[in-house]
Formats: sequence, C-alpha cells, structure tokens
Amino acid sequence: MKPFEPLDSIAVPILQANLDTDQILPARYLQKPRSDDFGQYLFRDLRLRKDGSEVPGFVLNRPPYRQGKIMVGRSNFGCGSSREHAVWALYDYGFRAVIAPSFGDIFFSNALKNGLLPIVLPVEVVDKLLDQIAAEQGAQVKVDLAAQTVTAPDGTTHRFAIDPFAKHCLVNGIDELDYTLSQMQHIVAFERRHEAENR
Amino acid sequence: MASERAPRTLFEKIWSKHRIMERDDGQVLLYIDNHLVQDGAAPAFEMLRRRGIAPRAPQRTFATPDHYVPTDSRDLNTVADPEKRRMAEALRQDSARAGIPFFGLDDRRQGIVHVVGPEQGLSWPGTTIVCGDSHTSTHGALGALAFGIGATEVSHVLATQALWQRKPRTMRIAVDGALGAGVSAKDVVLSIIGRIGTAGATGHVVEYTGSTIAGLSMEGRLTVCNMSIEAGARAGMIAPDDTTFQYLAGRPFAPAGQAWDDAVTMWRNLPSDADAAYDREVALVAGDIQPMVTWGTSPEDVVPITGRVPDPAGVSEAGRREALTRALAYMGLTPGTSMTDLRIDHVFIGSCTNGRIEDLRIAAGVVKGRRVAAGVEAWVVPGSGLVKEQAESEGLDRIFKDAGLQWRYAGCSMCLGTNGDMVAPGKRCASTTNRNFVGRQGPGSRTHLLSPAMAAAAAVTGRLTDVRKLLDNAA
Repeated sequence: MKPFEPLDSIAVPILQANLDTDQILPARYLQKPRSDDFGQYLFRDLRLRKDGSEVPGFVLNRPPYRQGKIMVGRSNFGCGSSREHAVWALYDYGFRAVIAPSFGDIFFSNALKNGLLPIVLPVEVVDKLLDQIAAEQGAQVKVDLAAQTVTAPDGTTHRFAIDPFAKHCLVNGIDELDYTLSQMQHIVAFERRHEAENR
Repeated sequence: MASERAPRTLFEKIWSKHRIMERDDGQVLLYIDNHLVQDGAAPAFEMLRRRGIAPRAPQRTFATPDHYVPTDSRDLNTVADPEKRRMAEALRQDSARAGIPFFGLDDRRQGIVHVVGPEQGLSWPGTTIVCGDSHTSTHGALGALAFGIGATEVSHVLATQALWQRKPRTMRIAVDGALGAGVSAKDVVLSIIGRIGTAGATGHVVEYTGSTIAGLSMEGRLTVCNMSIEAGARAGMIAPDDTTFQYLAGRPFAPAGQAWDDAVTMWRNLPSDADAAYDREVALVAGDIQPMVTWGTSPEDVVPITGRVPDPAGVSEAGRREALTRALAYMGLTPGTSMTDLRIDHVFIGSCTNGRIEDLRIAAGVVKGRRVAAGVEAWVVPGSGLVKEQAESEGLDRIFKDAGLQWRYAGCSMCLGTNGDMVAPGKRCASTTNRNFVGRQGPGSRTHLLSPAMAAAAAVTGRLTDVRKLLDNAA
C-alpha cells in the first residue's frame, strides 16, 4: 500500500443513496486479475453503454470530474457484496477518498486496507458539500488525514474520526498483516488454549 | 447458581471466547475457527503468494467452487470463457497446494459454500466463521458468529487464522406468533428488511429471537440469517437449540461420540442470558407477515403480494422520490400497478438463500400437476450436489421436469450470473435469491425477490401470484 498523501482535489458527487458494490463494479469483472486496471470497469454500466460509448450526463463523463480524487456520496455507500474489486475500481480510477454519511461495513473495511480513505461526516455536512460540488463543477475539496479534516469549497472545515491504527497504516503505507505477523506468538498461545478447551 | 458476571448475549459469549488481544485503538484480534473459501478467492491466494506466505491452518479451512461452475454440466471444459474456467480451476490448485479440503465438480458434495457448510456439519454453534462472501451471515443460523470479508481479509485469515475487528453493536429482532399458510422464512426476512431498511442494521450483529424463529426449521433459519447483510448487518444469528442439534447430529464434520455430548453440553450455555441487553430492539408480529415480493432495486423495496407499485408522487423527500423514480424506470413499472398484474419471463429457484431441500420440496408442492406458463423459462438450481441427490430420491426432479422447469446442477448460477447464467436485458425474473440490485442477474435484468413457494406460483401462472390462492385451490 502506498502512503496516503494530503488531497486537494476536484470532488465528484454521486447522488444515489444505498449505492451497492454491484453498481461500482459489476459482477462480470470479478474474474479479472488484479493486474488489470480496474478503473476501466468502475461504474461500468452507469458510465458506459453496452457498445462502450459514454452515457451522456453521468458525472464521470463530465470533464472536470474526471480528474477527481475525492468522491462524495450518500448514506450506506458501498452496501451489498463483499467484493474488494469495488474499492480497487475506485482506487485505480484515481480516487483516494470517499466521503459519505455512512458506509456498508465490509466496503469500509476493504477501503482502509487498500489506501482508499472512507470518511464519515454528518448527513447535513455531506448534503452541503454535495450542493457545492454539484453547483460548481471542478470545485476543490481538501482532505488532511494527519489533521483528520475535510475542507469544503466554501472554506468550512470539518473534523472526521478514524481508528488510530488504520490512520497509522494509511499514512505510512503499512499493511495490517505485517503487524499481525509480528504478534504471531499471541495467536499461537491463544490457539493452543482454545483447542484444549474445545477438544 | 446465579452468575456473578453481567448477563451476556449469544454474540458476546462467542466474541469474548475468541478474543486473542486488543489493540490500543480498541480493535480486537479475533480467532477464526472456520474459514470457508469459494472460487472468488484467487486474488487472496495471489496476495499471499506474492508475500511468500503459505496458508497457516488448512485444517480450519474448507473450499468448494460455486460462483464460476456451470449448472448445465459438471465439466469445466464446457465453460467457454477461459477466465471463468481459470477462477474455478485456481481454487482447486490453491487448495491442493495448501492442503485445504476441497469438494470439486467431480465430488457429489460440491455446492454453494453456504449450503455445503451447514450440510456437512462444518458450521458449529459457538464458533467464528468467515468467508470472502457477504452471505456468510447464513451460518449464524446454527448459533455461530459468521460474517463476510474482503479479499485482503481473506488473505489475512489464511496467513494468521485471525482477524482485526471493532466490536459491533447488538440488535435483537424478535418475531412472535404463527405464520399464515403460504408464508415462509423468506417472507419473514423480507418483511424485516422492509421494516428497518437496507442500512437498518449496519454496524450491528442481529440476533433473531421469538417463537416464530424458534419454530422455523434449520433451512428456514438459514434463509433468515442469509439475508441479514441485506439489512446491512455485520452478522445474523439464532441461539442454538434442539432443532440445531438434531440438524447437526451425525453430519460428516460434526463432532461424534463423547465429543458430540461434550459439545452439546457446551452449546446449551450459548443462548443469550435472560436479562442480556441489546443496543437496539425491533419486534414483528408473525400474523402480520404476508407473502412478500420486491418491486424495486434494493431489498428494502418490498411489499406484500397484495400490494401495488408505489407512486413517487406520494413521496415528499426529494432524494427518495428521485431514487424511486429511477428504480421504477429501470424495472419498467407504472405506479399503482397491482403486483399480481406483473408478467414474468424467468423464474429462478435456488441460491444460498433458498437452494435447500425444504425450499425445493415447497416449490415442487406448488408446481405439482401444473405446467409452467407459456413463454416463461423456469430453472431449479439445487444448492449442492447432495441437495440434488436428495431431491431426486424424493422424485422432486420429476415433478419439476414434468411441469416444464429445468433441473440443473448446483452452483450460485443466476443469483449473480458470474458463471454466465444470466437474465437477458429487460426481462423480468421471479427469483428466490437475495439481491435485486440494478444488473444483479445480468445487465438490464429485472429481479423480483420472493420465496420458493411464490416463485413456483409465478412459474405456473406467468405472473407474480399470491401463492395462497393456489393453495386454496388445491385444498
């Protein structure tokens, strides 16, 4: 995982609530190897027609939004399937943060493990942010993970919460597995006890 | 003897027993007893290979291919798409390399992993079970803590047999009373999702309680827990009882002899203590539950079969109104239409939600002596090879075939179409599966979720139908 860099980027509004991971990455691309650029499959059926031509009006087909690194969505973003490919698609397309009032649990966890920062902000704050970035295409939003703040185009700054360890991993580009492997002696000791109790 | 410790829920008992250590930020390293793996796991095995790590506990891992297997044959070579073949084949190779028990297509015990786990007695009360599939919540029906994880977490469990988790909140959903004729576990869980919404249980582990739940068969309980994720829940679970123990006893991977007796003694202590507190509580009355059917593109878009397609004009909140309008356009529906006026093109009976023997018995009971309506293509896809064998030994396959339904081999099939079994664009499918998302059964497909009995009724009438009317006629 690459270290998370501070973001000052165009933000892309996605206005559907309960946006499921089948929309973000349709199931027929689950068979593609991770070496593929999953960005080409992102929102495939919302973004492109069957023949590959662009769906006019879809947000990522409007020029300034193509450069966005921050997505702003509605509640229950990334619900449904556990497919990590949905996170890979957002990441490969260039996104580094998603801001929403709430997330599907598995999507949230998958995002943190792949360098995509999921940011929960109150629904009123997200609604205002959506209004601003929809009204002015190309409006910039800042995300500072070290300070745990989001700065909206109107200059207002909003603090968000994140688990300190997840933050540490993102900031330093560390995989959680490395840490867990360093704790293996605890797992082995537990396992011995656990297996004796359940024999 | 009065317990000195605070009353605990079923979830808390399992959680505390699997807690290895806690990080400063409150995340707990949870020991994983049982790791189920299906043929979507190739990227997770690849992550491990790149790090040069071998799976640590193959004896706590179990694999069977379900997402990419053909359902018209048992020969992978008949699969035209090399990428699909490779996914199923990779699981066989990865399992063989690691020494992970594997039921392949040449094994009659192969099937959908969430059907095979309970069927083989792999899913035990009081254990932690994970799988790289969101419908892992299914196994909670046996009193386990079971939840879906992503590919990186699958590789983490393969490497360590443990997983970092923040302790979820708890929610009790009580359903009490007797279910009416023609009303099933599927209708119970669709009613729950309709009530609390698709994010209603996000961040929570749900425990289903009450006399209705206690009265369900194990198959019915598996259906209810399966769809917990459709309400956003981290997991769904039901306290183990005699129904659970009778179901598990004698299954190949269940404990046997003295170990069985010891296990049952331990499992009897698992149910939530009488005064245990939950963060949230919801109650439903079974008598209010009707046969349900979805109209939209989220499992929460659900009405009784006697209901009508909703009208966006009656919705005050703008976002919700837009979502509803978009869903109706995708589904090709006019507001106010009676659900029973909707003609269907496809019927799909199967999946980890409703691909078990009881589901097939109920569906066969409805189609027996009837014919699939003209122009309807109806499929039955058993959840496992053993479900298929059992159904055939009971003559259910004959009933389905005589009625004009296709009788196929086990797999996930048309639930999500990863193996190529898809509903064509614009076609309407009455489906016993778990998700009616846009494009779920294929690009442009229109899914109506319902129970096996209701799917069977739709097959023989060619439209969404209140199965109770067919039951009345038969009586």
